[in-house]
Amino acid sequence: MKRVYVNEEWCLGCHLCEYNCAFANSGARDMVSALKGKPLVSRIRVEGDGRITYAVSCRHCTDPLCVTCCISGALRREDGVVRIDRGKCVGCLTCVLVCPYGAVAPGPDGAALKCELCLQNSCGAPACAAGCPNRAIVYEEREEERS
Amino acid sequence: MSGIQYLFPEYEVVRNDDRCIRCRVCERQCANEVHCYDEGRDKMFSDESKCVNCQRCVSLCPTRALKIVKSDCRLRENANWDSDTIREIYKQAGSGGVLLSSMGNPKPLPVYWDKILINASQVTNPSIDPLREPMETRVFLGKKPEKIVRGEDGRLVTDLPPQLELSLPVMFSAMSYGSISYNAHASLARAAAELGTCYNTGEGGLHEDFYPYGPHTIVQVASGRFGVHEDYLEAGAAIEIKMGQGAKPGIGGHLPGAKVGPDVSRTRMIPEGSDAISPAPHHDIYSIEDLRQLVWSLKEATGHRKPVIVKVAAVHNIAAIASGIARSGADILAIDGFRGGTGAAPTRIRDNVGIPVELALAAVDQRLRDEGIRSQVSLVVGGSIRSSADVVKAVALGADACYIATAAVLALGCHLCRTCQSGKCNWGIATQRPDLVKRLNPDIGSERLINLLTAWKHEIKELMGGMGINSIEALRGNRKMLRGVGLNETELRILGIAHAGE
Repeated sequence: MKRVYVNEEWCLGCHLCEYNCAFANSGARDMVSALKGKPLVSRIRVEGDGRITYAVSCRHCTDPLCVTCCISGALRREDGVVRIDRGKCVGCLTCVLVCPYGAVAPGPDGAALKCELCLQNSCGAPACAAGCPNRAIVYEEREEERS
Repeated sequence: MSGIQYLFPEYEVVRNDDRCIRCRVCERQCANEVHCYDEGRDKMFSDESKCVNCQRCVSLCPTRALKIVKSDCRLRENANWDSDTIREIYKQAGSGGVLLSSMGNPKPLPVYWDKILINASQVTNPSIDPLREPMETRVFLGKKPEKIVRGEDGRLVTDLPPQLELSLPVMFSAMSYGSISYNAHASLARAAAELGTCYNTGEGGLHEDFYPYGPHTIVQVASGRFGVHEDYLEAGAAIEIKMGQGAKPGIGGHLPGAKVGPDVSRTRMIPEGSDAISPAPHHDIYSIEDLRQLVWSLKEATGHRKPVIVKVAAVHNIAAIASGIARSGADILAIDGFRGGTGAAPTRIRDNVGIPVELALAAVDQRLRDEGIRSQVSLVVGGSIRSSADVVKAVALGADACYIATAAVLALGCHLCRTCQSGKCNWGIATQRPDLVKRLNPDIGSERLINLLTAWKHEIKELMGGMGINSIEALRGNRKMLRGVGLNETELRILGIAHAGE
């Protein structure tokens, strides 16, 4: 299955992925109307100390703890993609607590927010990878890793 | 320091605030620290005095909110004292130093490539469709036999002097590790190997990681002899003796100690942090005879298995110099024109010394033919070969192959801001700062270089096909395929071409 992988060697810490993610999931037609003057709501986050940086988003684990722990059945694994039905989410944030990668975060409406590989939005493929200027984020098939 | 700012900023940063989403990518990406964000007022500010117009921020702005424009703050118009001249006076009056510049001569001097037009077949001879018929762009650089020789048994003697095989008549010219980054070298090395051509180490030695690319590497021996040792010479496909560089004929080089980090130090075999100074002359070469000694020493050192290139800048007596070099035993002669790039050169030298490579090439090819020694050397020309059309024109004027470097760094992202000497290249090319070097991912860099030369190769085939020529060999020195426009008698005579309409 194709996943989002991060090559921290090439991450510039430019944070463009966060903005591309927020735009892709905003439903707006252009980035300015999606993001201007609004708080940034992104499912990917650039971590680091200025010297080493890398983007963190959902790993779509084969055995996802978030899905196991979800009390409302909002999180599920579908064709390898860990998806969230935000309508079902009760905002208990257990998933935020258990995710070993810190890749789930509470959204502005209280429901959990996580990367769904842009498969449901107008992008169709992860906007973070498509917009990364240095191929630090790639969307590709790799030998299945245990995760 | 004076309180008076004689130099007003050359560029203005224009931000369309309706579009700016305050993502601060511009701020994070600018090594010159032009942009900054004022959180209290939620506003982006720009200090345009630091801007070098490298366009990194423009290229990365996700909402296209930025543009860099030339400031319209003007000094009073003066056709004699133009504002660049006045600015240079101000700079020198402030610093007392030699002006430094980078990349090629930007002055509006004639570009002869643009005054030469290429022929095409009509009616009387058929053109060739490169998509349907084979087209040979492969070239071999090195000495060619003058005549057919048979051995005692009557069989043909087929031993050739060492040849450099290229899949197309274009190579990447010398840029040293130090002047450009590790990732830029990695991109060039990978692309050269993939394309079946060569890149050139420049005078900075060969990083240990790039030895596997040796068969596609030209190793340079320059006046500073940096990084030259037996394995280095053995690693390359050819050895180039750098006598001169088009951007700065007659002078050496100076890599500031700040750029000599652990890796560059090890590769160049000099102490960390020490300035790498290449003397103006080779201190063991004061004549053609001395050059001959070095050519033969290098051949001896490598068992006569590698062609030796001698690279010179195009200067006034280039034809006579070329004749001397051809007789020195060199296999390949590389001529670098006055528009060739550099990571740093004194401005006055870059802009005023040397001659156009088009004229140098035509003069050299003619001279070597007149003296009957053209087959003793292959000719490679560089110094602002900008397109496949320039390559075709160069070959028709007599070149065996071309060197490109500015075009190559442009493919890697360079925006020709011409401030390489600052070491703060925002595109990760002309810098050694680790955070900037990583901006050039060699996966992307090599891909773009391969794309560029693949495109050129298609175009070269199209242009050759149009002329009804199906191999580079048949185009070489075929000046009948060229016509000049707007050139005077002397220029046409030197170029050895007729005027359009003739």
